[in-house]
Amino acid sequence: MSVWIQKIRSWGPVRSIYRGGGASSNLERSLTIFNNFFLHVLPVKARTRSIRFSATFYLGYISFVLFGILVITGILLMLYYRPAVPHAYQDMKDLKFVVSSGMFLRNMHRWSAHLMVIIVFLHMLRVFFAGAYRPPREFNWAIGVILLILTLLLSYTGYLLPWDQLAYWAVNVGANMVNATPIMGPSMKLILLGGHSIGENALVRFYVLHCVIIPSFAIMLIGVHFWRVRKDGGIVPLLKPNHGDISSRDHLNERAGPNV
Amino acid sequence: MRFYDRRSFLSALGIGCLGAACLGSTVLSVEYLFPNSVLEPSPKFNAGPLDHFSPDSVTEDLEHKTFIIRNRSGAIYTMSAICTHLGCLTFYKQEEGIIACPCHGSRFTKEGDIIRGPAPQPLPRFYAELNDRLQLVVDRSQVVDQKFLLKV
Repeated sequence: MSVWIQKIRSWGPVRSIYRGGGASSNLERSLTIFNNFFLHVLPVKARTRSIRFSATFYLGYISFVLFGILVITGILLMLYYRPAVPHAYQDMKDLKFVVSSGMFLRNMHRWSAHLMVIIVFLHMLRVFFAGAYRPPREFNWAIGVILLILTLLLSYTGYLLPWDQLAYWAVNVGANMVNATPIMGPSMKLILLGGHSIGENALVRFYVLHCVIIPSFAIMLIGVHFWRVRKDGGIVPLLKPNHGDISSRDHLNERAGPNV
Repeated sequence: MRFYDRRSFLSALGIGCLGAACLGSTVLSVEYLFPNSVLEPSPKFNAGPLDHFSPDSVTEDLEHKTFIIRNRSGAIYTMSAICTHLGCLTFYKQEEGIIACPCHGSRFTKEGDIIRGPAPQPLPRFYAELNDRLQLVVDRSQVVDQKFLLKV
């Protein structure tokens, strides 16, 4: 099997894709990761204790997979949904009852969104209890907090799009909370809704925020988040109770070297 | 003593121009976000002829989110139907004679006073008058005293 893989990898065009020869040595295997646009964010090697299920419960990875499902199902839903007052509710109903697999896609999007909020929250708890917010990972913790806020904003902006009673009044309540911000509140509400009450402008603004602006920031920050996990020394497994007050810096020094 | 040679002068000029362009485009972008005109109902509206509102009745104008209330003596007052807590649309409960909010359970009397929170303020009354054809004209932009009554 590996002989065949080596043969395919040494073949001209494939060799060109991988920017190198067959993975016959550790160096070449490392170069495969370094030289690949999609893989280079990952470490070349990882310790078994940091990829054990109990080290992270794969919560970050599950969040990322859910985000992927949301992007794919979201793009498909955009094909039938028009963010306009006369169409939005009807299009949502059509997705449920007329479009093939529409109900499945909509429910996938909805349940993945709910699950993502829960998983992101659990991920934050796991990181907190592992002490992985301590130096040198404090910046990545801050990025994680921003990603949590973006997740919640995505949920909030997506809530208006079905344009039913629940959507309307829930977003009305949210917009009035924004309005209660000292000094800037009324201006922020006006920018958010594009008017004094929820209408056509608000629907389009929430649609653009939900489908373009917030996902763009989220994708960018997810990239930085993953890259910093590797650069800051990989994953911190949960501390054993008898370690006492050990900082994650000590934890890094205790290892043979940073996991790059 | 020379403060500026040609190179540093030009780079300061360049950075200054770039800064001015950034500032200008930021100001323009923020202005763009504020709508100059919105297609929303006018705050002043004609609620209809006076004889549509019988004495001792509560009418809710859903389009304008306003209660039109006529008491036993025939005097009229108009009041916001928007809950002062977080802006949900309240409704009149005929059997209990109170105004309730479906979102977080605030309750108000027919006069707009709070019976139960979380609403922090009573429902505000709006200025109302009769036009020459005896129709009720309400101005939502003019909040008046809680004791305001239109005697007819």
